[in-house]
Amino acid sequence: MDNYQVLIGLEMHCEISETKTKVFSSAKNGYSDTPNSYIRPLDMAFPGTLPVVNKEAVALALKASMILHCSQPEYLYFERKNYYYPDLPKGYQITQETKPAPVGSFGYLDFDCKGETKRVRINNIHLEEDAASSDHYPTFSTIDYNRAGVPLLELVTEPDMHSAEEAVAFLETMRSIYQYAGISEADSRKGQIRCDVNVSIMEKDKDPSDPKNWGTKVEMKNVNSFGGVRDAINYEIDRQIALKEDGTYDEMEQQTRRWDEDTFSTIYMRSKADAIDYKYFVEPNIPKFKISESWLESIRASIPELASERKEKYMNEYNLSEYDSTILVKEKAISDFYEEVISLGGEAKGAANWLTSVILGYLNKEELEMKDLYLTPKMLVDLMNMVRDGKISSKQSKQVLSKVLEDKKEPSVIVEELGMKQIGDDKTIRDIVVKVLDEHPDLIEDHRKGKNTFDFFVGQVMKATRGQANPSLTADIIREEIDKR
Amino acid sequence: MKYMDKSIKEIHEVLKNGEVKSKELIEESLEKSKEVQEKCNAFVTILEDAKEVPVTDDLLSGIPYGIKDNYSTKGILSTGSSNTLKDYVPFFTATAIENLESHGAVATNKTVLDEFGMGGTGTTGHTGIVKNPWDTTRMCAGSSAGSACAVAAGVYPYATGSDTGDSIRKPAAYCGIVGYKPTYGMISRYGLFPFASSLDHCGVLARSVEDASIVVDAMKGIDKNDMTSWDSKDIHLYDSLTGDVKGKKVCTIKEISNPSMYPNASSELKEHLENFQKALEHFKELGVEVEEVSVDSKLLNALASVYVVISCAEATSNMSNLTGIVFGPRANADNYIDMMKKYRTEGFSPLIKRRFVIGSYVLQAENKERYFHNAQRVRRLLVDRWKEIFKSFDAVILPVGSGPAKHLDNSEDILDENTGVLEEHLQIGNFGGFPSITIPDGFVSGLPVGLNITGNCYDDVNVLNLAYALESSMPYKNQVAKEEK
Repeated sequence: MDNYQVLIGLEMHCEISETKTKVFSSAKNGYSDTPNSYIRPLDMAFPGTLPVVNKEAVALALKASMILHCSQPEYLYFERKNYYYPDLPKGYQITQETKPAPVGSFGYLDFDCKGETKRVRINNIHLEEDAASSDHYPTFSTIDYNRAGVPLLELVTEPDMHSAEEAVAFLETMRSIYQYAGISEADSRKGQIRCDVNVSIMEKDKDPSDPKNWGTKVEMKNVNSFGGVRDAINYEIDRQIALKEDGTYDEMEQQTRRWDEDTFSTIYMRSKADAIDYKYFVEPNIPKFKISESWLESIRASIPELASERKEKYMNEYNLSEYDSTILVKEKAISDFYEEVISLGGEAKGAANWLTSVILGYLNKEELEMKDLYLTPKMLVDLMNMVRDGKISSKQSKQVLSKVLEDKKEPSVIVEELGMKQIGDDKTIRDIVVKVLDEHPDLIEDHRKGKNTFDFFVGQVMKATRGQANPSLTADIIREEIDKR
Repeated sequence: MKYMDKSIKEIHEVLKNGEVKSKELIEESLEKSKEVQEKCNAFVTILEDAKEVPVTDDLLSGIPYGIKDNYSTKGILSTGSSNTLKDYVPFFTATAIENLESHGAVATNKTVLDEFGMGGTGTTGHTGIVKNPWDTTRMCAGSSAGSACAVAAGVYPYATGSDTGDSIRKPAAYCGIVGYKPTYGMISRYGLFPFASSLDHCGVLARSVEDASIVVDAMKGIDKNDMTSWDSKDIHLYDSLTGDVKGKKVCTIKEISNPSMYPNASSELKEHLENFQKALEHFKELGVEVEEVSVDSKLLNALASVYVVISCAEATSNMSNLTGIVFGPRANADNYIDMMKKYRTEGFSPLIKRRFVIGSYVLQAENKERYFHNAQRVRRLLVDRWKEIFKSFDAVILPVGSGPAKHLDNSEDILDENTGVLEEHLQIGNFGGFPSITIPDGFVSGLPVGLNITGNCYDDVNVLNLAYALESSMPYKNQVAKEEK
């Protein structure tokens, strides 16, 4: 390994989930367990149907293009990629090749990998349609056209990553961008993210910026999880190094392989010589479309604060640790919850503690997601305010929160039910203090002589109030009453 | 009393004054359909259960018409004259047909075409050859063969057609009737089985310019399902027919229509060109200036190849949806590849398969620049040259074909013939999306021949007016086929 450097390029496909309809048909864009329920005639390519571009999908694609610092084209075109497969009903996919111009060309993305900032150049990002999904059984196959025509963004990077960790960190950053920008849920469990991974190795002492020095590119198709991407890359690096060490590396042809999760290995599919000729040409049913400056401006204005910007804000304005900030922004739903707490007047540091220590722990333990959480930002702020106002102790608040989550009731209701209201009322506490002091004149004397009997008085008051007396108020009143005597 | 050989206006009048009922017209049309089917084999389906509709002030209400079988019609067999769709019954209706229905038009049959419109002879449909009603030993030309045949035979006053190269305008000439394809996008193509999307036009075959205008007024309109359609609600074709063409300027093209270009002309060609000259004299008498312009013959000679390359390339992609997986008679085989292969091998005629091979060849990566992209460049040059002509002239006027309908026994696919620009020039109307109309201009060997008037995009009114004025000065308006042999 030490003698080689690794070049990794990614093709990341991500479904756009945040449009109402599909990219070229008016069928619902969504995920349904009922096969063939979200379809229009176009999605099954009935003769005479025509594509109609969904402007909403184009706007989201342009938004992604801007976030990736790509250039946007003056005119929008689509192209046909022609090949036969049962899950491709038209016999071609409507997509964008690099000529004339996809929604984004030549950008970059800076991302964090283990505390280091890395930059990956983006070759292009383009908008296309997803294929139907098929399931294969021993004697038959089924096709579900719900997915046919779902808008899909394909992002193509330059081979600028050098390890599996970098590739996964890049993908995680992209997922976060898609989520934060309202483009996609980017949920790989729903099959919304799929990757093709290109790996090659070269001698360590050679200059990686010169393509002449690059090794033979091996492409791995359809890796469907980030874990799979990591494992496939590591497997392929080892395999290629072994070929180098054997002296057989130079015999290896440029090829496409597939990551097989069952055998935990990559399997040869085809060589470059057998690459499919997709016979691209411009889709004649979609007239070229001028992308106006004003439209681009309004899209640019709609780009929200992204994870990296929120993280900066948490560290610099809220004085949170980098560690906590990273945890808070990792998932948009968590960060949105936090932002809401702050906007409702919750104290930044305290709210962060609640989230990172208690709430995320609970979600992890129960295997729940943020959207399943009964607790609302408002409830958390109410709870924090009760502690601040001395209505309950901070120790009690933790108990309240777990009851809130467990019983799905408002914090104030739980506090009421547990009879937990802290006694912060001066007269109530004072009456009890006076009674305690009256009963123990000798200990007041001891106190004056310097013996520590103060804690005993506090304890007695707590006992009498079943722990509900506000501790600092109680201490103040005890002092005042002793001084009066 | 027969009505189906009358003009739309005449039929409308007798419907309105109660002389005849819509039901009787339908019966007459169905009766005549059977007669013409027997004689000429013009129909895929005769709609025995066609229902009468209320007669309104709408000129088309209650009047029978025919639909070319490449228009999708809900609940009615729509085959495209192909074995691949021999049992296909769509569940949606083409926009153009819906528009006609909303005007009260009543379809009485679906007409035969060359398979999916890919042919110029009317002999390649899956139900057999269509014969010319003027002389059943001759062809109608294609691809709208059945529609042209039926209108010429007096089955009804009009039928829909589609035109990718000359598929409305050539059969119209061979059958002695009017064939009009308006500017690209004036009529929605949604529901028209595609041949070559950038060249495909909907249109009409009728027996007069007036009738053609009335029908296209009803068929046209912007459609949310077709992005290439445009809003023409301010264009009223029929109402704009004034017959006043004084001061208009038209031109012929020396290299196409000047008799001196054909020193070895057959007697039929000579007669055909003389007929054309006579028509030009009529034009001059109407106050139209007629000039002759010259176009680089190198450009004109490239026409046929440009058409073959572009139309075959788009066709091979457009018809990739025909796999028998979703619709059509699914083939039995062990795997999906063999299923598709078998279905396509058995379903398509040899002519179409040859065109698919050409289409695939010109799109292959190594050939695309040389053939497909060059064809697009020459298409652009031709269109630019015509647009330049339209700066000085209202329209180009040219003879259609090299004479009357050809004999069936030596019918060859026109693409294989070296018949010269005279046979191919109508394709320029498709390259540019120009409004283009054929009207009859006389007889050669006892058979009708025609001429064509083509104008600039969106200038349909001007083109129709010229045709209307010229038609009125000749005795061929509303003629119906009378077989003399």
